[in-house]
Amino acid sequence: MKYLDEYRDARIARALAAEIRRRSSRPWVLMEICGGQTHTLMRYGIDELLGDSVDLVHGPGCPVCVTPLEMIDRAINLARRPDVTLVSYGDMLRVPGSATDLFHVKAEGGDVRIVYSPTDAVNLARTLPDRKVVFFAIGFETTAPAHAMAVLHAERLGLKNFSLLVSHVLVPPAIRMLLGSPKNRVQGFIAPGHVCTVVGCRDYEDLVREFRVPIVVGGFEPVDLLEAIRMLVIQLEEGRVELENQYVRSVQYEGNRPAQEAIARVFESADRKWRGIGSISESGLFLKPAYAAYDAERIFDLADICAQEPPECISAEVLLGHKKPTDCTAFGTRCTPDKPLGAPMVSSEGACAAYYQYKRHLVTL
Amino acid sequence: MPPTINTNATSLHSDSVSADEPKDLAAFSCPVPLPARERILLGHGSGGKLSADLLQEIFLPALGNPVLDRLEDQAIVSVNGIRLAVSTDSFVVKPLFFRGGDIGSLAVHGTINDLAMGGAIPLWLSAAFILEEGLPLETLKRVVESMHQAASNAGIQIITGDTKVVEKGSADGLFINTTGIGRVRDGVSLSASQAQPGDVIIVSGYLGDHGIAILAEREGLEFETQVNSDSAALHTLVASLLEATHQVRCLRDPTRGGLSSTLNEIAASSRVGMELEETAIPVREEVRGACEMLGLDPMYVANEGKLVAIVAPSAAQDALRALQSHQLGKDAAIIGRVISDHPRMVVMRTPLGTTRIVDMLAGDQLPRIC
Repeated sequence: MKYLDEYRDARIARALAAEIRRRSSRPWVLMEICGGQTHTLMRYGIDELLGDSVDLVHGPGCPVCVTPLEMIDRAINLARRPDVTLVSYGDMLRVPGSATDLFHVKAEGGDVRIVYSPTDAVNLARTLPDRKVVFFAIGFETTAPAHAMAVLHAERLGLKNFSLLVSHVLVPPAIRMLLGSPKNRVQGFIAPGHVCTVVGCRDYEDLVREFRVPIVVGGFEPVDLLEAIRMLVIQLEEGRVELENQYVRSVQYEGNRPAQEAIARVFESADRKWRGIGSISESGLFLKPAYAAYDAERIFDLADICAQEPPECISAEVLLGHKKPTDCTAFGTRCTPDKPLGAPMVSSEGACAAYYQYKRHLVTL
Repeated sequence: MPPTINTNATSLHSDSVSADEPKDLAAFSCPVPLPARERILLGHGSGGKLSADLLQEIFLPALGNPVLDRLEDQAIVSVNGIRLAVSTDSFVVKPLFFRGGDIGSLAVHGTINDLAMGGAIPLWLSAAFILEEGLPLETLKRVVESMHQAASNAGIQIITGDTKVVEKGSADGLFINTTGIGRVRDGVSLSASQAQPGDVIIVSGYLGDHGIAILAEREGLEFETQVNSDSAALHTLVASLLEATHQVRCLRDPTRGGLSSTLNEIAASSRVGMELEETAIPVREEVRGACEMLGLDPMYVANEGKLVAIVAPSAAQDALRALQSHQLGKDAAIIGRVISDHPRMVVMRTPLGTTRIVDMLAGDQLPRIC
């Protein structure tokens, strides 16, 4: 496949891995932020390739995993209402709320539909004028522009039956919180390439300056990630602290201006709870008051739906890179993708699920 | 304002506990998802773990007997010394017509293939139709004509049938069930429980064509090169293979759940491990591209005209040649081998030389593909 196979080339990947092993004088602790990157590292066994030349820990960047329990419960509540059609990305249907998941609600007769794009949800609202169509808008900065465009599109069409249940989170506040923690041991970050494609690199430059930590914006294929790791190791070995961009074929310093404008027009930031971590200040996007008519949380009475997260699951420490999935005593036994105890096991991009799916033959359960 | 972290959980809202759930929720260590036992989910039809749960928890306890308990794609029974293979399959694919086939030809091919995987020569089929009120007669005619074509091309007859009509909304156009009877070749005994360490794993061609063709049709996806379903009757391909060697241990057609489910089933049934070479697995560029775009893995996408053969190492080349000399097996490839390490687990060697697990699908990648 053109533009993909080059970045999966085994010869290049092995050469990069050899260079990383050669250059690394100690096991630098590096974190990839995005769940898609975690997935690639596990799928291609890049950790295996690098041995103990680096210590890869996995960040909180799986949007499905960090969507708070109570937002899942709110989506479930909406899906059970007879006048509501709840529209979602497919992988949200499996995610357990407090008592059930959307797949079960669908089986009970709830009108739950899966789409690939929020635009499909707008079109659905147009074809179903008697239904209240709610799109479950989750994700990082990557999906925010498409969700903003869906609202603007619905506004242009004059739709009165379309709304978003918004559970958006932002990456930089999470990194900031992580770096501010006294338990932090991460020495370098691979920033999420697709988030930076949208928002640009400025926020990450600020983080580099503020916390004196090297960050490399990285892509999602094996060669991308190995190159990003190599760039981080070289910085650390040379004592440099810089923002570098590995994913140049997608990321520009300024990011995507029209996408940023769409986000800024529709959304504003405020504190947001992350599943498995807790509340992080200014880490969420919410619909602006001007778009209240498209905000499912304001249209429907959902504020009473709260949820408690399990005290035992170590997901906070996994999501913050303090521990690896395999450090958990429940991993692969009491906690599996079929019966997840916590956030990182629920989606295939979650760190625990990625370990379980691809790596459990290498660990002793 | 400095960033804050708050992991103190708020108290559980009492409204969220319904009367029929355990009261002592604090005893749970987690948001325990409902076991998938209370209602049928779409995933129960996926051919993956949920389907297996249904078998183990509902069907086998009630209906189990030595023939059924073998859980092969077909039952093999002996009548007056003649071994007969019997298999049944229902077809609910949406859309009814797709590139490379339709529900009619699929219903014929699917059951022929289940018989063929048992080493049987297919003899007869039955066909039962569940029709939705309002279905255009023209649609039914097209489907039935396609069944006729598929059956006569395969050299078998449909000898009995049934028709039921349900109210509008109770079925999606039409569903078809076919049951087939075949005669098992003398001296042939194939089973998913016979794989042995050292055996080679062969697939008969490109994977994932059917699932992607269906998805493209249903979602209105346009690719530069359109993918056709691989729907085909495989009994003549099986005949070529079994004539070339007696060392075939097991044949399966990787339909729902794709190659990964089929291999996991064989590994579990034979209590062996498997190691695959990722670079050896044949997948068309178009299918790879579509899977990339849609976030699917070709290992889990359905096929309707491919087989997996587990063959003794000494017969590997004969088997491969026999498959490749047949039109339906010309792209056959050896993709891995059976090993004694990590029993019941299928492991893939990646192009980078590292390994990862190829797991069984928990739920569903694509709904209603067959």
